[in-house]
Amino acid sequence: MTDELINITVDGQKLQARKGQMLIEVTDAAGIEIPRFCYHKKLSVAANCRMCLIEIEKAPKPMPACATPVAPDMIVHTRSELATGAQQGTMEFLLINHPLDCPICDQGGECELQDVAMGYGGSSSDYVETKRVVMDKNIGPLISTELTRCIHCTRCVRFGEEIAGMRELGATGRGENMRIGTYIEKSVDSELSGNVIDLCPVGALTAKPSRFSARSWELTQHASVAPHDSVGSNLFLHVGNGSVVRAVPRENESLNQTWLSDRDRFSYEGLNSADRATQPMVRSNGELQPVSWEVALKAVADTVQNTVKQHGAAQLGALISASATLEEQHLLQKLMRAVGSNNIDHRISQLDFSDQQHAPVMPWLGQAIADLESVDAALLVGSNIRKEQPLAALRLRKAAGNGAKVSFVNSRVYDMNFDCQAHLAGGQREQLLHVAAIAVAAGVEHSCLRDLLGSFEVGDQHRAIVKSLSDGETATVLLGNSAVMHADYAMLRALASGIAQRTGAVFGYLPEGGNTAGAWLAGCVPHRGTAGVTSEAIGLNAAEMLSDPLKCMVLMGTEPGFEHPRSALAQRTLKAVENSIVITSHVSQMMLDHATIVLPAAAYAETAGTFVNASGSWQMFNGVVAPPGDARPGWKILRVLGNQLDVDGFDYQSVEDIRTELKGLCRELELDNRYEPDGAMLADRANSTGDANGELMRSGDLPALRADMLVRRAKSLQRSSDAQPGVISLNSSDLSRLGIEHDAVVNVEQDGATVVLKAKADDGVPIGLAWLPLGGQDVAGFGALDQPLRVTGS
Amino acid sequence: MSTTESVLNAHSREEIDEWLTRYPPDQKQSAVLAALRAAQHQNDGFLTVELMDAVADYLDMTKIAVYEVASFYSMYETKPVGRHCVAICTNISCMLMGSDTIVQHVEKKYGIKLGESTPDNKIYLKVEEECLAGCDGGPMMQVDHVYHMKLTPEKVDQILDELE
Ligand code: SF4
Ligand code: FES
Ligand code: FES
Repeated sequence: MTDELINITVDGQKLQARKGQMLIEVTDAAGIEIPRFCYHKKLSVAANCRMCLIEIEKAPKPMPACATPVAPDMIVHTRSELATGAQQGTMEFLLINHPLDCPICDQGGECELQDVAMGYGGSSSDYVETKRVVMDKNIGPLISTELTRCIHCTRCVRFGEEIAGMRELGATGRGENMRIGTYIEKSVDSELSGNVIDLCPVGALTAKPSRFSARSWELTQHASVAPHDSVGSNLFLHVGNGSVVRAVPRENESLNQTWLSDRDRFSYEGLNSADRATQPMVRSNGELQPVSWEVALKAVADTVQNTVKQHGAAQLGALISASATLEEQHLLQKLMRAVGSNNIDHRISQLDFSDQQHAPVMPWLGQAIADLESVDAALLVGSNIRKEQPLAALRLRKAAGNGAKVSFVNSRVYDMNFDCQAHLAGGQREQLLHVAAIAVAAGVEHSCLRDLLGSFEVGDQHRAIVKSLSDGETATVLLGNSAVMHADYAMLRALASGIAQRTGAVFGYLPEGGNTAGAWLAGCVPHRGTAGVTSEAIGLNAAEMLSDPLKCMVLMGTEPGFEHPRSALAQRTLKAVENSIVITSHVSQMMLDHATIVLPAAAYAETAGTFVNASGSWQMFNGVVAPPGDARPGWKILRVLGNQLDVDGFDYQSVEDIRTELKGLCRELELDNRYEPDGAMLADRANSTGDANGELMRSGDLPALRADMLVRRAKSLQRSSDAQPGVISLNSSDLSRLGIEHDAVVNVEQDGATVVLKAKADDGVPIGLAWLPLGGQDVAGFGALDQPLRVTGS
Repeated sequence: MSTTESVLNAHSREEIDEWLTRYPPDQKQSAVLAALRAAQHQNDGFLTVELMDAVADYLDMTKIAVYEVASFYSMYETKPVGRHCVAICTNISCMLMGSDTIVQHVEKKYGIKLGESTPDNKIYLKVEEECLAGCDGGPMMQVDHVYHMKLTPEKVDQILDELE
């Protein structure tokens, strides 16, 4: 397409258009309405529905606006007799086989077919014969199908092929027998599958979790921001009868475009889970007993004061979730510091903190999310970006489609929906060696690298990665979710930033949670206050607090027994904490086991706040539904606690007050990922040994569908194929070596505890590793990653 | 789990490979029609999901794309059918020349309707959708891809009774 402008006339209106643009793009931009079904601005042109027929002067017949490029001096009539006649005719044809079941159709009231039929169709039809019926197949827990309603626009098919990169739906059969589906009985598994619900112009594909639960006109729509990943997708929450009924994308070209990941779309179900915290509880006589807020808050204040008085503030610690709001994070660390403790952290899954002094004030992507779509090369270390930040992955996929060379170093080979240059996989030690080898190939020099590498050779694959990064005009090196969990995170960081420096690539991070970036800004780290101000004393980090019991801990929105790589140790430690104060939206068994005070807090969608995304944008949102029972917004709980503890600066009237204070503190901040490790950071000290003593080494990540409290309780997502509960995956050669069948029930033993799981053969898992990720109910408080485990048939 | 090798036999693979030489290497899907034909042939006249999946793998296509092709063209059978495919043309010229009588005769002979197979899986009466381009010899039929023209009930008996 060129930038050359031409003039056309549509319905008497003079318009300018770029040469080669399709007519419908020009009329859409000018606000002239042309009916359509198959056309969608983010998909290829199929021109199969014929709804967009219009008249072009000098053309012998009506033309489809979606597939007709503009030409100089074209004169178009969208409402002429020829055009409306063609539109009415098309409409009549489309309705021949469409059932008249609008009263029981979920799409009713927001259906493109209804709207267009009203606007452009005739009032009666000559068709009196029977209509066809299509038998439905079950395509999984997220999408419900009613394919008798399908008008064969193929938007859903094109979405799978062009956007999701996973062609799962297709149009089989022909003529009257054509139908959309998977052909065989199979679930649609893409992490973006829910988008076909929005794309489908009729009620053929609708949201299964909210099926038959509301009529669209009874719902109110509220703008919000998705809480699960650092893209910070914009969305609308639809509310009916005081609860969130569904979530749909809110267009933001620079972030989520017109899409939403399934996790962001369906996690709202977790709001209505049975284990919501609805009343304050205090432990007495060994049991958690419901109490009034007054009693509970006083108990918290007393506990905190007593701890400080008797044991010193150093015996007080706090952990907060990366999906908490910026305001909650700010208040919690402010409170902790006001009572004299720097033991505050949000890095619940991190193990190696040795270089935290050198970490950027806010580790961020280093570029705009949209920039990922134009990189020529990328190296991602410890990232399953496709599941963890699906809409950032979409950009990378686009780049890969244009020839970008994308490489990964991971603990297993993840399925990517684009071609990768390399996917190097191994245990933690091996990953470190791969990254070191790439660094050496890039020319990073340090005396310790030789020792570290030992006999591990710098190979062609490492050199090829370096070459792609240096050759690329724009290239990036990114640290992902699992890098943060690596026992040698500091070395990985030093090496990755070195690789970026030598190759001229942009160095960045893919922050893990919806507000990981915010937690850094807010000062939820033990060595820095809000806006990165250095603390005088450095407090304990998350791993320290989770390995040595303190006298008193505050946990806000987190379940370390699911999220910490050493789950068993974390849970044991929390149990040994004398007073554990839990501020939470949900109560798990693990919490009941250790909590002495439970304060019920509002969850996502129930409170106002701010999330900071991977590229540093602050996005505010409001609560859209009331929290259940006696639960209260986290910031209000913390404000009252501040007042009870008599500390200064807790007189906020609203979330805005807190945000304004934060904004002021962060005003001068410039984002900068530059990392200058001193020699010590590359010291010849690696934590990961890779030695499993002849046993299997446990490997794993914190899977996207288990990453936070809310999504862990979203029941439909938990039934989707990505959730995979109760499974341990081994390379097929390890399975046969152990004489275990695929799908066999096995005992998995680690750290003296045993769980019963199903063994699966999965050759994406490197030989010698047993893939057993964190966060599942089956492994709550069980074992540790990167430690040997034993699998035996049962 | 079955591998492509074990599903598509050597003969089919050889045939597909031969077709592949005619197309650019990055457009293997161009050989899908020929590949499905070979696969159907090796399986006595019909395709299974397993065979279609094997073709998909062999040609680097998504499985659903192969299902689409197989279900679109009437020359592929995606349900089990009898060994011998008997397709009586019922299009306009053959109809004028009396194809109805032939159809009736055959249906009666085997006690099955068009679109069905005999219980012993020997004969499959295919519903032929299009003119088979043998109009000059109507009524006509195709038996296992061989044309038989100017049919009479007696001639049909003779042809069909000779089938193994
Ligand atoms: S299911 Fe919906 S989106 Fe897909 S082809 Fe049918 S009408 Fe179009
Ligand atoms: S929108 Fe133009 S043909 Fe469907
Ligand atoms: S009509 Fe029968 S062959 Fe043409």
